[in-house]
Amino acid sequence: MDIDWQLFSDSLWPIVRGGLLGTIPLALASFTIGLAIALVMALMRLSANRFVSFLARAYISVIRGTPLLVQLFVIFYGLPTLGVTLSPWPSAIIAFSLNVGGYAAEVIRAAILSVPKGQWEAGYTIGMSRLTTLRRLILPQAARVSVPPLSNTFISLVKDTSLASLILVTELFRKAMEITAYSYEFLLIYVEAALVYWVFCLVLSAGQTRLERRLDRYVAH
Amino acid sequence: MSPTDSAGQGPALLTASNLQKSFGDHQVLKSIDLQIGKGQVLALIGPSGSGKTTVLRCLNGLEIPDGGSVCFDTGPSVEFTAGTTQKQAQVLRTRSAMVFQNYNLFPHMTVLENVIEGPIQVQRRKRSEAVAEATALLARVGLEQKHDQYPHQLSGGQQQRVGIVRALALKPSLLLFDEPTSALDPELVGDVLKVIKELADEGWTMMLVTHELAFAREVADEVVFMDEGVVIERGHPEVVLRNPQNERTKQFVHRLLNPF
Repeated sequence: MDIDWQLFSDSLWPIVRGGLLGTIPLALASFTIGLAIALVMALMRLSANRFVSFLARAYISVIRGTPLLVQLFVIFYGLPTLGVTLSPWPSAIIAFSLNVGGYAAEVIRAAILSVPKGQWEAGYTIGMSRLTTLRRLILPQAARVSVPPLSNTFISLVKDTSLASLILVTELFRKAMEITAYSYEFLLIYVEAALVYWVFCLVLSAGQTRLERRLDRYVAH
Repeated sequence: MSPTDSAGQGPALLTASNLQKSFGDHQVLKSIDLQIGKGQVLALIGPSGSGKTTVLRCLNGLEIPDGGSVCFDTGPSVEFTAGTTQKQAQVLRTRSAMVFQNYNLFPHMTVLENVIEGPIQVQRRKRSEAVAEATALLARVGLEQKHDQYPHQLSGGQQQRVGIVRALALKPSLLLFDEPTSALDPELVGDVLKVIKELADEGWTMMLVTHELAFAREVADEVVFMDEGVVIERGHPEVVLRNPQNERTKQFVHRLLNPF
């Protein structure tokens, strides 16, 4: 089998560009919004109010119990039936954010629970409200615990954004598909796309290690 | 003798009346009355499970009693009922500050940040002012070199001294110590007790739960012995600890002074 190196090198930039302009912004935006949803869901889940806790539980259950691709299709192809027509980008961001929200909620909830009860009491006893204690004392400590699992969520998300190609978002994998459409070099181009994803994820893993080290300052070794 | 005989001179800083608390079926506090005068040091002693830590936590609103009241001389005062919320109880923390057995320092903050957190975040004081005061307080307990260290880099004794400074920085009227030396290695206990003794000599009003009877005898103006949720005996330390009247107090003191 001959490898068409010329095609490989000609395709590299378009694919990487699709990653930089599509995959990465899509992942970053969805992760940021998703984390905000997750934090709210985690707190609702921890609420003493049973109804509030139930709502969060139901949300998490639906998100985790249905395929991401189906969620994406419901939003992009399904909602127009109800008169809600969204373009590819907003649809993708909404679907991925909701998805991250469901998965990260459980991570954040566990991280909050891992902070010793004495930290809450210490916050209260210096006069802090519940909210201030959460913001100043509990979440910073929970953040340290949740970096490894949330990094996993983020790396999964980066790869999952390839599904957005199916609702016409121009991202890394969509670019690769377009190239195969005229070159018919499926193996070469898809392996190339895989390599680019892999490099992206390597960079992210390195970032995770650095972040963990930075947050490690106050942890005894 | 009547309970108020040794309750210090002058008006009471804090009066707790008829405090009751149950956890499930277990009644931990059965009508506790306590008074502490300005500048007084009160030591709460008793076997574990006697409710002494719960009393302290009720005074700070960390535990909500089922009934009774806690009143400071110039306010706030809280009447507890079954429906009392954390929010209603938290006003008590404007007058008292707590030192925990396990220090409960904030591990993600430096020593200095631990101390100024309350003054800045809660009392909204100027940062420069809070830092200056914290610096002076840390120097007083011999930790002037440790400002920028994190809690895990300190010994237990040093951590507890930071815990004490964190409480002092709030300028409370009443300091509550919950077994402040129980988690410490024996050779570190002295450093912490020395600091507490100095605070007592300076006139701070303090209530401490402790197993250090010798220390209680030295610093306390009044000793309260509790068992099974009731106050069994109270009075001057020389009386309660040297010559207890009640049989249970006698047994307890004897056991602590002669462990073998």
